[in-house]
Amino acid sequence: MYAQLVKSEGLKSREEMSPQEQAFQDRVDNGEKIEPKDWMPEGYRKTLVRQIGQHAHSEIVGQLPEGNWITRAPTLERKAILLAKVQDEAGHGLYLYSAAETLGVSRDELLDKLHSGKMKYSSIFNYPTLNWADIGAVGWLVDGAAIMNQVPLQRTSYGPYSRAMIRICKEESFHQRQGYAIMMKMAQGTPEQKDMAQDALNRFWFPSLMMFGPSDKDSVHSAQSMAWKIKINTNDELRQKFVNETVPQAKYLGLTVPDEKLEWNEEKQGYDFSEPDWSEFFEVIKGNGPCNRERMDARVKAWEDGEWFRDGLNAYADKAANRRKAASVAAE
Amino acid sequence: MSKKEWPLWEVFIRGQHGLNHRHVGSLHAPDAEMAINHARDVYTRRREGVSIWVVPSRDITASSPSEKGPLFDPAESKTYRHPTFFDIPDEVGKM
Amino acid sequence: MPEVETTADVVANDPIMTDAALRPAFFEWLCRLGDNTLILGHRTSEWCGHGPVLEEDIALANTALDLIGHTQMWLGLAGELEGEGRDADTLAYLRDVMKFRNILLVELPKGDMAVTMMREFLFDAYHHLLLTWLSSNSSSPRVAEIAAKALKEVSYHLDRASDIVVRLGDGTAESHRRMQDALELLWPYTGEMFKADEVDERLSDAGVAPDLAHLRGAWESNARDILEEATLTMPDPAGYAHLGGKQGRHTEHLGFILAEMQFLQRAYPGASW
Repeated sequence: MYAQLVKSEGLKSREEMSPQEQAFQDRVDNGEKIEPKDWMPEGYRKTLVRQIGQHAHSEIVGQLPEGNWITRAPTLERKAILLAKVQDEAGHGLYLYSAAETLGVSRDELLDKLHSGKMKYSSIFNYPTLNWADIGAVGWLVDGAAIMNQVPLQRTSYGPYSRAMIRICKEESFHQRQGYAIMMKMAQGTPEQKDMAQDALNRFWFPSLMMFGPSDKDSVHSAQSMAWKIKINTNDELRQKFVNETVPQAKYLGLTVPDEKLEWNEEKQGYDFSEPDWSEFFEVIKGNGPCNRERMDARVKAWEDGEWFRDGLNAYADKAANRRKAASVAAE
Repeated sequence: MSKKEWPLWEVFIRGQHGLNHRHVGSLHAPDAEMAINHARDVYTRRREGVSIWVVPSRDITASSPSEKGPLFDPAESKTYRHPTFFDIPDEVGKM
Repeated sequence: MPEVETTADVVANDPIMTDAALRPAFFEWLCRLGDNTLILGHRTSEWCGHGPVLEEDIALANTALDLIGHTQMWLGLAGELEGEGRDADTLAYLRDVMKFRNILLVELPKGDMAVTMMREFLFDAYHHLLLTWLSSNSSSPRVAEIAAKALKEVSYHLDRASDIVVRLGDGTAESHRRMQDALELLWPYTGEMFKADEVDERLSDAGVAPDLAHLRGAWESNARDILEEATLTMPDPAGYAHLGGKQGRHTEHLGFILAEMQFLQRAYPGASW
């Protein structure tokens, strides 16, 4: 997901909780929203900062692989749609950073942690977009996987996070459809276009499955996050749901999901499928994905090159405020 | 990191003529004028608004959660403030 | 893509479009408008994901989106007028450098935010005057209609760009220096906006377009006011002007823009996207 391997706190039993913690857990259990000024366990706050921060980072790093193709989009309409979509990702980053800021951390601090490698973003954005069908595949598969996770997160316990997710889900509803629309054009187009579409699916299938994070049995941090309703579904649940929904969509396109073990399982009413190569996943997380360096370099460069711009506008705002003050003093 | 972070602003948007301004989110801007422009660019991309307010986040005073009981519970007992409290016979007609 | 109207519709909507003698110049002139917004929109879109701060990244994308929208309208009308079955996409993606009619100013690399915002300001100030004139005075109702639609967006572009030019000019020593450098780099490319050639004159004579020389005074005085407020030094308006874009003689930069922009259409002719 956009937030993978978020380090959470160990699950406390009811007996281990202080009365304050018990009261907090009761509120969460009753479906009450926790708001910024409410008391909250320090672990809850920290986990949220990590998760929302990572989610926000994923949005803005996620601008890069798709942004790649804005200047190469094949028609004016496609260019406008793609630009609007990538712009939305920037907006989503902005909403999420704002939500994190209600927890007592500033956006610049979070960005600093991203730039210094102390905070992560989703592994998926370290894969390259090599042909135009990749733009379709990213919308269809990557946004599709993200939506799987984000829709339930609208019910998360933390008010500002929940509200950001509601806004994001509303805006994101067109993203997956525009991706699929590109895939339809490509899959039904010339033989070369169809090759591009199949190539994109081949490359993005397993990385998309990795987005949900490692299998539940290896996911040590889930229990507490689920008790706090920061995480709503398990990784495996969401992955299975994604595969169940996506395979028929691929069939409609006439494309082949690159998994020989893929098979409908009547008993579980879902597909059996191969696990992604988790060693690849951990390498990508460690920084050894195909584009980790490019992505980080681009973000750091944008931030450093922008420093004079941000400072210049700050300096003007200060001067203007001083001038207004001087003018009002003179008028008295 | 820049020497100084742009301050945080809370954004309120009137969605349609005649409605209240409603809190929609926050953003960073060096001053109020730029905050308005940013709010336009960030929060009205899908024709969400006809008017914008921006307020520096630091200037917002919020009620304390621990005061929630004394602040809001007393209103619960004043059911006579609601029209359904009063039984008016049907013969009287609409009121 | 709007459906191509039949010649009969065009006649009904806009008699000036049936003037066969005017058509070649009119077509050229519409390409100038559409190519300016196409290429400037392209340059502006290069910032997406690389902006100096999230709010600005989003604002720049809005500007680029507006410009792409204008391109669809202007080049769409050009194709319609020409009547040879070319639509906005065909014109944008299948002409080579020498057929492009944008001014040189818009094809220069995006540079830093100083170059980007200064260029936007210098161009918007002209664009705003032009669209204002067209929306209320053009003898072509179709042109006036498109201009009126674009004008609202360009009014915002101009306000925003002017504001940022003032702020950065009067910001820190570094932002001031960068803005002054950008101004001096771009200034010699502003003369082309007002340098009328035979095409401009024919359109002006037909009442479709303004006399460009008349726009110059208002542009200069607006630029002077904003630059002064920005504490920047305005270069000599009578200084050297780089020309040629409107006639298809471009800088080396345009070829690279087109190589990138037209890649898919060129590599896979006839494919539908």
